[in-house]
Amino acid sequence: MITFKNVTKRYDNSTIAVDNLSLEAPKGKITIFVGPSGCGKTTSLRMINRLITPSSGTIMLDGQPTEAIDLARLRRKIGYVIQHAGLFPHLTVVQNIATTARLIGIAKKQALGIASELIERVGLDRTFANRYPWQLSGGQQQRVGVARALASDPEFMLMDEPFSAVDPVVRHQLQEEFLRLQRDIGKTIIMVTHDIDEALKLGDQVAVLRTGGILAQIASPQELLSKPADAFVADFVGRDRGYRYLGFVDATSSLAVAAEPAAPLGTEPSTARALTRDRWILVTNAAAQPMGWVDLDQQTGPIRESDLNLSGTLASQSGNLRQVLDAALSAPSGRGVIVGTSGALLGSVRLAEIVTAIESAKAVGMGARS
Amino acid sequence: MNFDWLAGEAGDIGNFFAWHAALSVIPVVAALVMALPIGWLVKQSGVLRPALLGIAGLLYTIPSLALFVLLPLVLGTQILDPLNVVVALTLYTLALLVRTVCDGLDAVSADVLQAANAMGYRRFSRFFRVELPLAVPVIGAGLRVAVVSNVSIVSIAALIGTPQLGALFTEGLELHFLTPILTGIILCVALAVSLDGLVIFLTRQLTRWQPRS
Ligand SMILES: Nc1ncnc2c1ncn2[C@@H]1O[C@H](COP(=O)(O)OP(=O)(O)OP(=O)(O)O)[C@@H](O)[C@H]1O
Ligand SMILES: [Mg+2]
Repeated sequence: MITFKNVTKRYDNSTIAVDNLSLEAPKGKITIFVGPSGCGKTTSLRMINRLITPSSGTIMLDGQPTEAIDLARLRRKIGYVIQHAGLFPHLTVVQNIATTARLIGIAKKQALGIASELIERVGLDRTFANRYPWQLSGGQQQRVGVARALASDPEFMLMDEPFSAVDPVVRHQLQEEFLRLQRDIGKTIIMVTHDIDEALKLGDQVAVLRTGGILAQIASPQELLSKPADAFVADFVGRDRGYRYLGFVDATSSLAVAAEPAAPLGTEPSTARALTRDRWILVTNAAAQPMGWVDLDQQTGPIRESDLNLSGTLASQSGNLRQVLDAALSAPSGRGVIVGTSGALLGSVRLAEIVTAIESAKAVGMGARS
Repeated sequence: MNFDWLAGEAGDIGNFFAWHAALSVIPVVAALVMALPIGWLVKQSGVLRPALLGIAGLLYTIPSLALFVLLPLVLGTQILDPLNVVVALTLYTLALLVRTVCDGLDAVSADVLQAANAMGYRRFSRFFRVELPLAVPVIGAGLRVAVVSNVSIVSIAALIGTPQLGALFTEGLELHFLTPILTGIILCVALAVSLDGLVIFLTRQLTRWQPRS
């Protein structure tokens, strides 16, 4: 657990970067600091490993004030990941990762062993081991930066906009991998971002800071969406908050999945028409996985792959209302396709039923996923 | 070229060459060893830094011959003692390398230093494991200048009688004989080129991490 107790940082020119901040980052959870540029996120983060010294107040790690810990030892307990990775240019990938393990006294050979395992753990190929940082893309460097922070198996991790220097596709990938990794390792993490979507997606708990370094609200993502503390938070969380909230409502409990007729590729239109009363029919592959929709009003010959309408998204059985709603909205038939864990078709849900489910979720004010 | 003379003097010439090489290289090694900690201190010195580097630069303006003659008074050595030359060249090289080491340490990016600090490197290991390796390209470039200019300054020491290739120039002048002078020039250039090549080679070995185009 990381605890801020009345922490204030005033820079020499008397700008207050962080103002009387008190909060707790619980053990094994991800806490996100989010807020507009210059609101003191980075300053708050760097005060934890004392790259910046607080002007007043105390920061504690598991109840122990950081100023009571030897500086180098303190920092070795805390993994640190920054935007441009900050890799050592003169060391190979595997050597870079091994550095933190070496610093806590692990023998060289063993440290390199840990490092090469971590290369795969963060989603890189082992062939990258002996490359130098300049031979990697930004996203790959970022992965190495995360691996380096993990090599000493620190209890705590601080991450300052770790995914912001890469394109949206890679960012999404890194976020997914990061969540998967965190499920295994359960570190106490504080991450800084200015992207509210990232905050809501990754955070178990989100702290919204306002300019002047004042804590506006600290809450779970769903609470931030459903009960913003004030106009600033509401505005910062953004226009789509009503829709985003659905991302935190479990769909399985509130929706009955109806059977959805499906036809394999090659089906004659007449055969397909006998299966359904609707103009659209779902086409599945040999593994019963949905491939797309076909408009039977237009179809003349046997159904081919090129006839498929691919606009519909799929919602998983264990998904949330946002996914199910999107599946229904994006399908030409207006029915949201639900698949099981293997990707096989389970059935569909009609838009009207989803709206009813949303209404009851709002009414009960529960069904929130933690 | 008088090859008979060359053949007769080959032993002496070989001797001069070895001395010349030693007098050029030893000061560079000695100065580098001192320049690393001094350069690091100067870099830490903040506002004092321009002043300290200025003083180092002034050292260079003292004529080498004057230094060769003055040093025995300071060191209590004989005027012919090669130690004078070694000490004088070490001072020159040090003046050059302190600045070079400073520049080399400046070339280490702030991101990298911050990462090293945040990881919990202590000063000493940060210097040797992070800063110094990354400063090698700049320091290597400074060393090239140092060895080559040392080869030429050493020959001046012939005027105070230290044995090295410069002795061939004074001999040639006295005897109005071109062969020793030409031999001296050729061997000086050869020495400078091979020492320069050695520094390039060593720098490359230590900077395999750099992109090569
Ligand atoms: N070394 C410094 N000296 C003086 N003022 C500083 C210093 N570092 C930061 N500040 C000021 O403190 C405030 C908070 O800065 P900080 O870097 O913590 O913001 P941030 O929330 O991380 O912003 P961003 O999202 O742009 O990274 C800003 O107003 C900034 O100008
Ligand atoms: Mg910042």
